Amino acid sequence: MTEPKPTEFIQTPSQTVGPFYGFALPYERGPELVPGRHPHAIRLHGTVTDGAGDPVPDAILELWQADETGAISREQGALDRDGFTFTGFGRAAVDQAGHFTFTTVKPGSVGGGAPYIVVTVFARGLIHHLFTRAYFPEDAEAHRRDAVLGAVPPARRATLVCVADGHPGGTPSYRFDVRLQGADETVFLDFDA
Amino acid sequence: MTMKDHTSQSEINDEMRAIEAEARARVDDGGAPELHPRRNYPPYRSSILRHPTHELVRVDPEEVELFSPAFGHTDVNVLESDLTIQHRGEPLGERMTVSGRVLDGEGRPVRRQLIEIWQANAGGRYVHKRDQHPAPLDPNFTGVGRVITGENGEYSFTTIKPGPYPWRNHLNAWRPAHIHFSLFGTAFTQRLITQMYFPGDPLFALDPIYQSITDPAARARLVGTYDHDLSVPEWSLGYNWDIVLTGPKATWMESEEAHD
Ligand SMILES: [Fe+2]
Repeated sequence: MTEPKPTEFIQTPSQTVGPFYGFALPYERGPELVPGRHPHAIRLHGTVTDGAGDPVPDAILELWQADETGAISREQGALDRDGFTFTGFGRAAVDQAGHFTFTTVKPGSVGGGAPYIVVTVFARGLIHHLFTRAYFPEDAEAHRRDAVLGAVPPARRATLVCVADGHPGGTPSYRFDVRLQGADETVFLDFDA
Repeated sequence: MTMKDHTSQSEINDEMRAIEAEARARVDDGGAPELHPRRNYPPYRSSILRHPTHELVRVDPEEVELFSPAFGHTDVNVLESDLTIQHRGEPLGERMTVSGRVLDGEGRPVRRQLIEIWQANAGGRYVHKRDQHPAPLDPNFTGVGRVITGENGEYSFTTIKPGPYPWRNHLNAWRPAHIHFSLFGTAFTQRLITQMYFPGDPLFALDPIYQSITDPAARARLVGTYDHDLSVPEWSLGYNWDIVLTGPKATWMESEEAHD
């Protein structure tokens, strides 16, 4: 049974992250969920663009994901980078060209579903953050059974799937571009929470 | 960088009033008041090309989204909640505290979670290389703080009251004084970045970021309350601000009080 929701606890509205988060939100090795020397490290990178196709130079992104086995870390110290503990959380500000780069591992399947990384986007001009998911191109079979991808119009599903783009320095690289608006606009998710 | 826009304040005001009137008409017709700002809010010029034009796809959160990073005391030093002691001397400005509780949509405390804040100094200047406002930097103030919420979801920061500052949205645009807040809940779906404002600010009616929340009651939730009982004699002025994250769906699975 669910109790009626008390009306006095109404959610606090969002506001834009603004342009001046740069001295506050980025933290030491925030984009490195694992060190680059990790044997299973992958690069997840991309460019954030606006409705004119121009790069957004003042966006900041967060990743949240399961580990390689599909387990969700409960380790305290999610901002710590001790070089060994995988906490599943990372944060990267884009550069002047709107480009971001994370080093992480590919998450395992959680409960048998398709592996994915939760990507959250904040930017000046974006008054309320956006959630999306980055899936992996090699899991096409599992994508056919995925409830979230199934809720997305087929023509737009590709915006949620990374593109494999080589092995710079031996590290598998995946590109996940974020188009805030326009013809190939990224699918953003409302979790109805 | 932002292009200079020569739209006048009164033109921006007209745009904002038209949107609010339309939003009010929807509520009068039985629609629910909008709890969050509109991502598409043209009076805030930078939102025009930075909002999705498709509706968000509504989906159920899965296990990953229903958990959140576990922050802890290794992440944050207790001294980081006092923004006035980060340098050799005292910062200039009105010393103040802001304290309150972080709650979920059922009023349950959000315990042991991270809050990050950042703000301008008393003159309205950020320690950020792109801030062009010709107000002085304060060598004794950086304007960044962090804290982990307590067992009752409580938090408290000691800082100085930030100044209002100009920006280039339109001619003579000024942001009301505010402190940026970043919050995590027990589920990633509860993630929130917002701004806390100060009571009675004459710039509220003129600010497109504040007014992007079309419902006056929702906007008021971003304004801290001056609480004289939180003021410390001959030391600091006290503000209270409680924050409610979305919920309750997001918190069911971790809830010890789950009822079935
Ligand atoms: Fe600001």
